[in-house]
Amino acid sequence: MIPGSFEYHRPGSVAEAVALLSRHSDDARLLAGGHSLIPMMKLRMAQPEHIVDLQDISTLHGIAQDGDTIVIGALTTQNDVIGSNVLAETCPILREAALLIADPQVRYCGTVGGNVANGDPGNDMPAIMQALNASYRAEGPNGVRNIAARDFYEASFFTALGEDEVLTQVRIPTPAAGHGAAYVKQKRKVGDYATAAAAVILSVSGGNCTAASIALTNVGDTPLYAEAAGQALVGTNLDAAAVDAAVQAAQAITQPVSDGRGPAEFRTHVAGIAVRRAIALAQERAS
Amino acid sequence: MSNMHIKMTVNGKAVEGLAEPRTLLIHFLRENLNLTGPHIGCDTSHCGACTVDINGKSVKSCTMFVAQAQGADVTTIEGIAEADGTLHALQEAFREHHGLQCGFCTPGMITRALRLLQENPDPSEEEIRYGISGNLCRCTGYQNIVTAIRAAADQLNTAREAAE
Repeated sequence: MIPGSFEYHRPGSVAEAVALLSRHSDDARLLAGGHSLIPMMKLRMAQPEHIVDLQDISTLHGIAQDGDTIVIGALTTQNDVIGSNVLAETCPILREAALLIADPQVRYCGTVGGNVANGDPGNDMPAIMQALNASYRAEGPNGVRNIAARDFYEASFFTALGEDEVLTQVRIPTPAAGHGAAYVKQKRKVGDYATAAAAVILSVSGGNCTAASIALTNVGDTPLYAEAAGQALVGTNLDAAAVDAAVQAAQAITQPVSDGRGPAEFRTHVAGIAVRRAIALAQERAS
Repeated sequence: MSNMHIKMTVNGKAVEGLAEPRTLLIHFLRENLNLTGPHIGCDTSHCGACTVDINGKSVKSCTMFVAQAQGADVTTIEGIAEADGTLHALQEAFREHHGLQCGFCTPGMITRALRLLQENPDPSEEEIRYGISGNLCRCTGYQNIVTAIRAAADQLNTAREAAE
């Protein structure tokens, strides 16, 4: 399978990348790890005339703590996430999720920025970023803006990112110390997208849940922030009735398609199980 | 579209060639450089037969444009044995433990296993299975591949200790 022809650009700065996007408008695509775009190009489902390879932009690499915010450069790979001590300590759900993404080779290439910017409802990081209330920094010809992950996804492959903008950072408010988190993903095989998956982040004090957020992967045409499901847990001692209510609230917003991963009803069912297991795990991990 | 002048280091040697940017790295390796060790299996980034090492990472070379590898340091299965033909411990172990049947997946398996052992010199069976989960084998059922990688780890660790 041979992709269509394109002109290759390797800018050294975000400003240069933005200028290339502005000049070539809808004929250009950004290339990060390439493991979503290149397969699409090989199938000729994408045929950009200009490829803007971001690999030389050093400011897009790396993980840092900026006050109360964890800043992940867009070109940070899933493998970098797995190896990060900062993330293992402050936000371990990212490592747990990255270990469930694709396979080792793909994780060396696939980036956090690409994963969240692509808009594929099968990607795992978007729902987690919604549960974490992360925001994405976008740089374009009119400057810099931050877009909340909860407002970013419009439809399958449609996002709030402009055609001439580069997503440069994922910014995560550092989760509360002692929080418990879990990402539970059901998939058919290594490398598969989720049949359904759930991210749960919660805090517990004196046996009572003081904060909770829940989001779902691949059971709708966008990641789904299940606000009511999280609210169903807050103020409870996470007893069976509260967990049942959260599971039902999460299932109520799913709209999966029937595909090789199963009929829609099954995928909604799996989403419920993922939420239930993730709540139990997060509770166990909270301190 | 015009050709690019591609330069990279492959198996320790500086190489160059002309290729369109859209050329996949696997095609450049096989067709321009005649390195036919890395195989094209699925051509969809699932099977891992095309795995090569690029700048210290295992990469499926069917899912990388040659332009992305401009200036990179690449190792293929052809670069793993000693210059005099002495097999690497992994290659010996695959032979010794029957870690292959048809052999199609083997170059990718060994190239991936080499990186795995460099990152984790003493992996458990589970870590080996997880570490090669991006490489498919349709013959062996993996058992002997895992055994071979574990045996190579022992061999390399023994040699390392002896050298210290």
